[in-house]
Amino acid sequence: MNGSLLEVSGVTVTFDGFRAINNLSLQIGEPELRAVIGPNGAGKTTFMDIVTGKTKPDEGRVLWGEKSVSLLEMSESQIAQAGIGRKFQKPTVFEAQTVRENIVMALRNPRGPFDVLFRRGEVASEERVRGISDEIGLTEALDKVSGTLSHGQKQWLEIGMLLAQDPRLLLVDEPAAGMTPAEREHTTDLLVRAARTRAVIVVEHDMEFVRRLDCKVTVLHEGSVLAEGRLDHVTQNQDVIDVYLGR
Amino acid sequence: MRALLFALAFLASVAAVTPSANAQTLQSVLQDNAEAVAKPARRTVEAVLAALSAAQLEGVPEFLESWRDRNLWQRNADGLFFVAAEADGGLVLTDLDTGAESRAENTRDFSQIRPNAGVRRVIDAALVQFLLSDPDLNRRLAALDAISRDPAEDQLEPLRASIDGEGNSTVLARKQQLERQLTALYDADPAARITAIEALSGDLSVEVRGILSRILSARDAVAAAIPEGVNVAATLTPGEDFDMATAYARLVDADLAPATVQPADVNAALIARIAEGSVAGVPVATLNTEAARVAAYRTLVAAGEVPPFITPDEREAAIAAHVFYQAYNEPNAEVTAAAEDAQAAIATRLAAGQAADLTLDALSLASIYFLAAVGLAITFGVMGVINMAHGEFIMMGAYTGYVVQLFVPDYTLSILIALPLAFAVTFGAGVAMERLVIRWLYHRPLETLLATFGISIALQQLAKNIFGTQARPLTSPDWLAGAWVINDVVQISYIRIAIFFLALIFLGLILFILKRTRLGLEVRAVTQNPGMAASMGINPDRINMLTFGLGSGIAGIAGVAIGLYAKVTSEMGSDYIVQSFMTVVVGGVGNVWGTLAGATMIGFTQKGIEWFNPSNTLAAQTFMILFVILFIQFRPKGIVALRGRAAGD
Amino acid sequence: MERSFVARNPSVLWFLLALSIFTIVVTILSEALGLGLMSTSFLKTLGKTLCLCLVAVAMDVVWGYCGILSLGHFAFFGIGGYAVGMWLMYARTEGIVLTSLASAPLPPTPEEVTSAIGTQIFGVVGSSEFPAIWAFSDSLILQLLAVVLVPGLLALVFGWLAFRSRVTGVYLSILTQAMTLALSLYFFQNDTGLRGNNGLSGLQNIPGLESVSQATISLWFFWASALALGLGYVLFAWLVSGKLGSVIRAIRDNEARVRFLGYHVEGYKLFVFTVTAMVAGIAGALYYPQAGIINPAEIAPVASIYLAVWVAIGGRGRLYGAIIGAALVSLMSSWFTGGSAPDINLGIYVVKWTDWWLVLLGLTFVAVTLFFPKGIGGLFDRLVRNPDGGAR
Repeated sequence: MNGSLLEVSGVTVTFDGFRAINNLSLQIGEPELRAVIGPNGAGKTTFMDIVTGKTKPDEGRVLWGEKSVSLLEMSESQIAQAGIGRKFQKPTVFEAQTVRENIVMALRNPRGPFDVLFRRGEVASEERVRGISDEIGLTEALDKVSGTLSHGQKQWLEIGMLLAQDPRLLLVDEPAAGMTPAEREHTTDLLVRAARTRAVIVVEHDMEFVRRLDCKVTVLHEGSVLAEGRLDHVTQNQDVIDVYLGR
Repeated sequence: MRALLFALAFLASVAAVTPSANAQTLQSVLQDNAEAVAKPARRTVEAVLAALSAAQLEGVPEFLESWRDRNLWQRNADGLFFVAAEADGGLVLTDLDTGAESRAENTRDFSQIRPNAGVRRVIDAALVQFLLSDPDLNRRLAALDAISRDPAEDQLEPLRASIDGEGNSTVLARKQQLERQLTALYDADPAARITAIEALSGDLSVEVRGILSRILSARDAVAAAIPEGVNVAATLTPGEDFDMATAYARLVDADLAPATVQPADVNAALIARIAEGSVAGVPVATLNTEAARVAAYRTLVAAGEVPPFITPDEREAAIAAHVFYQAYNEPNAEVTAAAEDAQAAIATRLAAGQAADLTLDALSLASIYFLAAVGLAITFGVMGVINMAHGEFIMMGAYTGYVVQLFVPDYTLSILIALPLAFAVTFGAGVAMERLVIRWLYHRPLETLLATFGISIALQQLAKNIFGTQARPLTSPDWLAGAWVINDVVQISYIRIAIFFLALIFLGLILFILKRTRLGLEVRAVTQNPGMAASMGINPDRINMLTFGLGSGIAGIAGVAIGLYAKVTSEMGSDYIVQSFMTVVVGGVGNVWGTLAGATMIGFTQKGIEWFNPSNTLAAQTFMILFVILFIQFRPKGIVALRGRAAGD
Repeated sequence: MERSFVARNPSVLWFLLALSIFTIVVTILSEALGLGLMSTSFLKTLGKTLCLCLVAVAMDVVWGYCGILSLGHFAFFGIGGYAVGMWLMYARTEGIVLTSLASAPLPPTPEEVTSAIGTQIFGVVGSSEFPAIWAFSDSLILQLLAVVLVPGLLALVFGWLAFRSRVTGVYLSILTQAMTLALSLYFFQNDTGLRGNNGLSGLQNIPGLESVSQATISLWFFWASALALGLGYVLFAWLVSGKLGSVIRAIRDNEARVRFLGYHVEGYKLFVFTVTAMVAGIAGALYYPQAGIINPAEIAPVASIYLAVWVAIGGRGRLYGAIIGAALVSLMSSWFTGGSAPDINLGIYVVKWTDWWLVLLGLTFVAVTLFFPKGIGGLFDRLVRNPDGGAR
């Protein structure tokens, strides 16, 4: 496919003889919302680790953007600056700091120590902070220490931090885990809205949540793609039924 | 049959000696030769010596020494001889036979006997012979040692003469060895010398190396051309073998060139000519640079008052007109060639020997590091707990050994008691520390580091309060006192060998405990997944306590071992703590084999660096640490690294 | 809205106020300008304490805020002392040598002066040659630059190596400790040109100020130390209260997450490590002229651990906590070990503080770690809900 934002091809990773990812190939365009599902140990998290630079694959290519830059030679921070944001399974906001500090830190601004110290090249941060806090519904809590937030609020704060980064590709790991139904709905809205202007990959366990996202689905199994397509289409695939739904 | 004959002859000679000794006294023999003793000349002294030798008396060597050293006096009145020393204007006399002392006020009643240099040499040679045939074994050995310390040409004949009568095989071997060495040095026949030199080439001893370098001693020389008959060791090129200034200085020393004018000469010349605040027309106050002083001196040169500077061209020309060379002091080229060969052969074996010695040293250092670090590897590696007080546990172990020795005087027994007791003491201390402090901090590793550091300073000061700041001895039993000497180059003390084996035993023991016992299984289970282990009925608290106790107990035993070869002080722990941590980190955390690899690498690297710069162990340690810091750049997880997800982040 | 610097750091004003009052009170009590109620040696102790507070603040920034438990910052402190000590020793010896050479028949040449100074300084280690590292010792400006640049450069190179290979946590601490040990062993050697274990001495005599009394010089140094501490405090408060502070605290709490936000974590750590090392160098440069002597034992690994102890007892993650800890513990240490504390007679045993102070300190420290991980500063937080308490 031409004009794809992220192209993963033939990637393999081995941990102590165990193939976590096996000849995985995957492409995603911009804008696009994609759900990645699969049973435990299918390699979903490892896939994200590879894209964000945390794990280096044994073989394969990971290409990014119009210029097809290889992500494999870049460090985590460089990849993040290139426009890939990641939300972890467990909410990892900086609990000792206020919501505002968390968002300000994530805002798309020059990232060097001296840029940060002297606030070089920073643009209208307060307005942007407001915009994001409105979006995630935490404007009231801006000056609260984020450790005091509820679990769902932390998840949203983390999504807010991702939005603040203004990435072109968003990797979201199990965003709905541990949320109340109302919180889930809010989260779905956030993700669908985000996917209007950028690529979003959601890794999820929960079929119901994926159904509500209403998007193309990639099924992973034993480190490679088992099936791809609309959820209805995928769920009728016999292989998928065998390994995933038929458990 | 021949041996029997020799033995019989020897017995006969001894038997012959004994009665005659009673018949004659030293004084009487001397009186028989009174003229020759009092006015010794080279020709007449031989007769006296022969008489003394025939008489087989005791005290002859001492007498000869006194004679040689001009301590023999003759009483003018009756011609009797005394050993005497001048004191308070008079003489203290010692009777030659009885050794009785008396005092004589007037030195004029006595004449001092002054043998000349030639006579003294003859006496010396005889003295050697007397000592070499002395009935006392130890005196013979002492005489041989004296020869070996300071070999001289005239010892060769007496030494050879004494070989035949030698009954003791050890002394005989030593005599033959020395005879070879003296032959190599002094024999009149070059062929005999060459044979002797070749025979020496297999010997690594310091003695033989000294002999060879003595034969090969050379002097620096310079001449217009190398004279005939000089045994040239090497021709030197100025500018390559030494710099031009040195070359010229040698010419000056050999009176082959005029002396250069040194800054000191310039200063002296100027100072000598200061008059009314100026010298050579220049005010003294302006002479505050080298250039100004040189300029002023040149004015003096122009006036012809002082010798001129030597120009570089003159210097070059003078140097070019001469040959610089080294000449052997030994004139015979064949002898020096043989010695060169022997020296080269020894150098090769010496290098091999030094390498072996270095390896032994490194092994012993590695085993000390291993012993010091393996307890830490258990607590730090297996449990992830930083114990800064580990060094103080080592110290506690050493002090336990010291205290045991206060009560149990038998060193072997006391060490046997001290080892398990040190284990028990530090095991207890470790368990107490784990219970009281560490278990509250399992998820705060940096704070564990600090808290255990607090314990470390408290323990260190406590030890200082109890035992004082002085180093306390921990004495090893006699059977561990010596050294295993393979040759003059390769040797290692028994205590280090013992530490090496102790380290091996511990390696085996720890591996056994961790891999083969229930405790080890449980330790590994708790390390990998405490929650799961607990649900399977393992009590993680108990396991942590025991593991920590085990690690600390081993530190205690290491303390006894280290205390045996180093001093026991309250600060000994801090000497080992950083190295121990580095051993664990370099080796790879969480792995006993890693600790072994780390200790081996650090031990060998440190000894290797010391080899390049033996005089400076501090520098070796500095470079060692830099090396470790760089090493961690390339293998952040250590030599034996756990891979994959288990390694964590 | 974003708040102003002072609004974000109310402690800065309070601290500057307290420091100013303290300085004025000490000046009033001093021998040189005031009532003479305070001995010069005690004045020096106070001045030195201010320098220790400054290095403790630097330690707090690198550890309490950035999470790097450096066991090497006291070595940087010592290097600063050595750098300024080299000039002090050179210039003073030069004065002595010029005086003694003035009576020589010929006025001395520069070479003669240098060689005489060399003999004076390096005679104790059996040398008279000037080692290469003394090349700039005749220039006060260059040596003052070295006070900042040498620790900075060392921290930069070491930090680059360590952070680049992602050594973190206790491993990093041990690595910094190894660096400190290597440095102190280096300084201990006779042939590295820093007079081995003799160290540098006579630093309290300031060249060119021979006519000024020690009482006055001590007061000047006290002022300089107070000024440096004030400036350092403001600098670090500014550093840690803004967005940079936010980032480094985030690095302390979750380094990997900060990386995924696009921050080059290593760069930040290196920045903080280096800047604090430079400040430590400045603190050392002010401390040792007041102490009069510096030797390699001063920079032994244990000194850097004590620094961590002060910060931990005072309360890390708060700048004033570091100052409380450093001032309290170092003053108490010098009181107890100085022999002026009264012994306690228990009847069967007399507790001598010179012997038991370290035992008490060690155990106190264990207790603080166990029961008051926030240190004395944490007690403040309980009393007043402090908006500055940014740590945790």
